[in-house]
Amino acid sequence: MFNILTNVRGRIVGGLTALLMGGMSVFSFAHAGGHESVLRVIPHADLKNLDPIWTTAYISRNHGYLIYDTLFAMDSDFNVQPQMVDTYTKSDDGMNWSFTLRDGLTWHNGDAVTAADCVASLARWGKRDGMGQALMTAMGSMTAVDDKTFTFELAKPFGLVLESIGKISSNVPFMMPASVAATDAFEQITDFTGSGPFMFSKDDWVPGSTVEYTKFEGYNPRSEPASAAAGGKLALVDKVIWTYFPDQMTAMNALQTGEVDFFESPANDLAPLMSANPDITVEVNDPLGNIGFLRFNHVLPPFDNVEIRRAALMAVKQEDYLAAAVGDQAYWSTCYSVFPCGTPMASDIANDIIQVADTGKAKAALTAAGYDGTPVIIMQPTDIPVLSNFSLVTAQKLREAGFTVEVQAMDWSTLTSRRAKRDPVSEGGWNIFHTWWIGADIMNPTSIAFSGNPDAGWFGWPTDPVSEAARTKFFVAGSLAEQQELSSIVQNQAWTNAFSGHLGQFFSPVAYRNNVKGLIKSPVQFFWNISK
Amino acid sequence: MFYVIKRILATIPVMVVVALFVFCIIRLGPGDPASVIAGDYATAEDIQEIRIKLGLADPIPVQMGKWFVQLASGDLGKSYHSNMQVTKLISQRLEPTLLLAATTIILTILVAVPLGTLAAYKAGSWVDKFVMVFSVAGFSIPVFVLGYILVYIFAMELRWLPVQGYRSPFDDSFLQFVKHITMPAVTLSVIYIALISRMTRASVVEVLNEDYVRTARAKGQSEFKILLRHALPNAAVPIVTVLGISIALMIGGVVVTESVYNIPGLGRLVLDAVLSRDYGVIQGLILFFSFIYIFINLLIDLSYTLIDPRIRY
Repeated sequence: MFNILTNVRGRIVGGLTALLMGGMSVFSFAHAGGHESVLRVIPHADLKNLDPIWTTAYISRNHGYLIYDTLFAMDSDFNVQPQMVDTYTKSDDGMNWSFTLRDGLTWHNGDAVTAADCVASLARWGKRDGMGQALMTAMGSMTAVDDKTFTFELAKPFGLVLESIGKISSNVPFMMPASVAATDAFEQITDFTGSGPFMFSKDDWVPGSTVEYTKFEGYNPRSEPASAAAGGKLALVDKVIWTYFPDQMTAMNALQTGEVDFFESPANDLAPLMSANPDITVEVNDPLGNIGFLRFNHVLPPFDNVEIRRAALMAVKQEDYLAAAVGDQAYWSTCYSVFPCGTPMASDIANDIIQVADTGKAKAALTAAGYDGTPVIIMQPTDIPVLSNFSLVTAQKLREAGFTVEVQAMDWSTLTSRRAKRDPVSEGGWNIFHTWWIGADIMNPTSIAFSGNPDAGWFGWPTDPVSEAARTKFFVAGSLAEQQELSSIVQNQAWTNAFSGHLGQFFSPVAYRNNVKGLIKSPVQFFWNISK
Repeated sequence: MFYVIKRILATIPVMVVVALFVFCIIRLGPGDPASVIAGDYATAEDIQEIRIKLGLADPIPVQMGKWFVQLASGDLGKSYHSNMQVTKLISQRLEPTLLLAATTIILTILVAVPLGTLAAYKAGSWVDKFVMVFSVAGFSIPVFVLGYILVYIFAMELRWLPVQGYRSPFDDSFLQFVKHITMPAVTLSVIYIALISRMTRASVVEVLNEDYVRTARAKGQSEFKILLRHALPNAAVPIVTVLGISIALMIGGVVVTESVYNIPGLGRLVLDAVLSRDYGVIQGLILFFSFIYIFINLLIDLSYTLIDPRIRY
């Protein structure tokens, strides 16, 4: 308490002194740093956690991309390209890898980036990320040979080495100094020294409001043009300032008046209002968009019965969800693949079930499955409009098909803790929740969304040894054809056993002032290459 | 002085009870900070590991004991999310909230007291009815509606004022501070003007019927002097009480105004902490608010002795 009063008193005394000393400047219009080019951004969420390994939150990932760099990165064609790595070699059997770092890589404090830093960073990431854990399971040893070279010796075959360390979304294997990477993977780091194109200004961070990033003059970008997460990361503004807006209407107004430059995730229903302003561009920047998910709880009745899950899928129709939750058809499309449409693993295997959309057939299937009227508890997160609407559509469709449905309204935080419960409904259990995955996170079977292992899988806990075996093989698959074959097995199992309902693909537009140039098309919002 | 010391000492058990109550109530509620921190795609194992690291897997009495030990050393704790000291989070947010509250109260006093006094003096006239209609309207318009209307007129159409944000008069120019605080303060003050003007009217009407006012009139005092020297001071006690409570309410209760105008104040800090189940921040903030309430109530009680010499403690 004393600290608070001391801080405030200090500010007031200091401020009054400045007012007296400053005389007429009190009424000046000057802003600090008036000649700096500043990109003012409304991010999609408040940055609460600064450690992108400790949390999978996308906002922490985006923060990570500003201040950290990666060894490899995915380009706009979904190919993994070297980023901090200059050259690499692998043995014919794929068991031995050697990586050499580019020249001129330095941390924000001026120290050189070393191979030992990279090994330590990968080790920490490998304790938290799903693909990282798989890689570390196959890893025999990771060794820093000299300051610029490190090697992998695999103990068993692993086909996704580059895909793992070049993954684009959470948890991204960001490189940190070895001393920082030594932090327990389940505790937050406290030092935010990176080697990325911008530096984090810790003293200016106001959680819940403002985050400032300053251009790192010592950054040495690649010479290739920027392409998604890959290529040259050119910091073209002096500062990037994120200001979180809890109110979408206020955010839109601020963009309209030019108080901010870039609005990362406006609600779809605001898009027409902003499009009408000739100074503002509204467009979809993420080619993969988001995939709506209806998740069944496989361990509780009635959805412990596969035929009842299939009956539920027969009752729903993607268009209903997308129209209710997203609205304007310019921002959604149906997609009946469990992998995002337009990506290499997408297919039509066994997807008839999600296209039935017939209440009569669903009713008949439900009766045939022996449904006994067990109430279906749907958790409805009322603070997230898209998911709230998904929940209401499901409730309506299931009721029409003959299910007894109870919708329980709650906030998202309550839902995230309650969905971890495997207890019976009477003790806080649940039957259905909705969410969405960004397309980049479910592009192949390695995503935990497709887990068929009830002990270590994602909430809902399906049991499917066939799918799980295919997922395990996917990690060692050598060719694209082999990967697609294994993905087909996973998709077949996912639809046949009704792991989840996929509710279609929807796209959140970005909105920005027309003086903002150079946005990179990508599933992740990057802030390099942007000028204003 | 003895009374003041007694009142300050009496805050200690109150704060202890508040601390106990807050600690228990937030743990009885649904939600878990670890699941929020871990993110949407974490496994149950990840969440459990984070719970252990944060100390949330400890038995409740152990967690409570640790927190009370912290409090005893003057440490309100840390945010589970940002890892920042609660005292630092509060000090970051206190200035916007305090200055918003102060500006609002000044505006309220400047408008509501003359308005209420005028209504009382002209009781039953069209002036009185107009003030009362304004008062009812002030109570009835939701803050966010009024906020959006003002933003539309003064920021979007006329472009006189900014849509959002806060500028510190200590870090930025005073003019920028005024530009940014004007609409939030006006928005917030409308309901308080409605409240205080009604309160002032009722108190002044009562005083104007007292014998000493009749005596003053009989002695030839001007109506202005009667209002200023006899009516208002004697009507001040209930007005000051409501004003004091209003300030206390404003410190933590301006979340809608802060959201509409994107002001990083304490109200939003509370809301964010509750939504993300940041137990450390919620506990620290509620203790802080209870301290503010107690302190302001003490100031109100002490102010009575200045306003009314008959009151002694």
